[in-house]
Amino acid sequence: MKELSEVNLPEDVRYTKDHEWARPKGEAFQIGITDFAQDQLGDIVFVELPETGDRFESGDEFGTVESVKAVSELFMPMGGEVVAINEALEDSPELVNTAPYTDGWMLEIKVGDPAAYDQLMDRAAYLDMLKGLEE
Amino acid sequence: MKEPVGTRGLILNEPFLWERGGKGRTGYSLPRRDVDSAPLPEDLAGDGPDFPDLSEVELVRHYTRLSTWNYGVDSGMYPLGSCTMKYNPKTNERQASLPGFTGAHPLVPSELCQGALQLIYELEHSLAHVAGLDAASVQPSAGAQGELAGMLVFAAYHRDQGKARSKILIPDTAHGTNPASAALCGFKAVSVATGPDGVLVPEAVEALMDEDTAGIMVTNPNTLGLFETHIQAIADIVHAKDGLVYADGANLNAVMGVVDFGRAGVDVLHINLHKTFSTPHGGGGPGSGPVCVVKRLEPFLPAPRVVKSGDGYALSEDFPKSIGKLHAFYGNFGIMVRAYSYIRTMGNKLKDVSQHAVLNANYIKEKLKDVYHLPFDVPCMHECVFSDKLQEQHKVTTLDVAKRLIDYGFHPPTIYFPLVVHGAIMIEPTESESRENIDQFIATMRRIAREAQEEPALLQEAPRNPKVRRMDETQAARKPCLRG
Repeated sequence: MKELSEVNLPEDVRYTKDHEWARPKGEAFQIGITDFAQDQLGDIVFVELPETGDRFESGDEFGTVESVKAVSELFMPMGGEVVAINEALEDSPELVNTAPYTDGWMLEIKVGDPAAYDQLMDRAAYLDMLKGLEE
Repeated sequence: MKEPVGTRGLILNEPFLWERGGKGRTGYSLPRRDVDSAPLPEDLAGDGPDFPDLSEVELVRHYTRLSTWNYGVDSGMYPLGSCTMKYNPKTNERQASLPGFTGAHPLVPSELCQGALQLIYELEHSLAHVAGLDAASVQPSAGAQGELAGMLVFAAYHRDQGKARSKILIPDTAHGTNPASAALCGFKAVSVATGPDGVLVPEAVEALMDEDTAGIMVTNPNTLGLFETHIQAIADIVHAKDGLVYADGANLNAVMGVVDFGRAGVDVLHINLHKTFSTPHGGGGPGSGPVCVVKRLEPFLPAPRVVKSGDGYALSEDFPKSIGKLHAFYGNFGIMVRAYSYIRTMGNKLKDVSQHAVLNANYIKEKLKDVYHLPFDVPCMHECVFSDKLQEQHKVTTLDVAKRLIDYGFHPPTIYFPLVVHGAIMIEPTESESRENIDQFIATMRRIAREAQEEPALLQEAPRNPKVRRMDETQAARKPCLRG
């Protein structure tokens, strides 16, 4: 398990309290889980994702991630419509472990209200939250 | 015994059956034909299945050798939390193998199987009595199906009241199957966070309970091994909005003869015969998950039901509000015989069972809490939950501790559950273990804690003694090999 100082927290994404991240990509947003989340979960063996065209509200469960330890729910950082899913995860769920912010992305969503992105936590706020969890 | 139970002895290899034997060998002889021969329909003719040719002794040795690789509750302590792996008394098997039970075909007319029907009837009444509720159905064939039966009863009740409801409250310490059972009945699960002491607080339920919520599913004692002390107040809140209270009785082994679920405000409770009532479990099943209810919910129980008419017993379908049939015929009857045998053997000593189960868990908790982190340091019920927080600094995890226990001849406890405790180790000794066994388990756990400090590689590379060493669980899940 990583020490907090070892957890990779990039500046170019925003974070949720449930350990998802979002990053603007053209008109859409890319969604995934954080390095902290993948480290806590351990080796990921299966990722269940919704279908393109599905719509979710912010905070809705959009899928599950199964590790050798447990099955955990995935929650939408923002409301919107799924425009792409990372099909590579079906055969290579380990991408979530090895590259949580790049090849291990999960969804691309088109967001009704792009301002919702600004409501998410930045790196500093998320790190503060993690420090709180450690205690 | 001061020596560790687990040592490395001679382990016999054993090939697949198809790699044994030789053409023409058999282990049977068919009886002489006593009917006229008849030609086989053409569409059934052809090559038969590929069965291995084996003599009797080859077959016996095959399975006997495989059995020596196994570990069961007949071999030693099996402290698998949340599973109640208690010893299954052999008298249960004896009663279940009585020819009157084994020979009774499920379609036999009821006048010819009065004994079997009486057993079902009396078992249902005994279980309802233990629970403190009014009626029971032994039809559900596992805990999760008992839950499903309970949720179907919830849905049927609210429909009968003329107002279907869409949500159900489920605490974050509930069994994982609870939300799934509720979802199958069309309810949306609303999670209720556990309070700081590891139990639900009424305020959290009050804040979420409304007229569109069918009720609450509470595992009591909960999966932290703690009794939900506010259950009565919570039930009052739920009942005030005409909701129902479901209790998952998977942990009933802690409270038999101690807690009256009816008086605690519970409307529906399921029981696991394969946990609390000593029927085979964990590959040895099948299971049985009877569901018990209060009087006003009795009309909704699964049908057919065994009813008493005069001096005899009969199966009746005459329950128009019933949620219907849940199982082929009437449930797993062989399991019912075993549970009935256990109840009749124990009688009012069932209360002692629970008291010993609780005492054993608390004893382990007190004896280990200085070397393993105890997230909730309060008196527990029949299981206690530690974590690997103190071992983290040595890069040793819960998984490593569990694997090391195998080397010492113990089955590992439940790990990484409940989810609310990070790196959980959940130990349930049950009432079956003697003081000596429990002391040896404690000494072993303490020794492992010391090894984690002084020589962590012993844990990280465990197990060393069994036939197979540490399995690659990740690869097994990612790229499963589903045939030999």
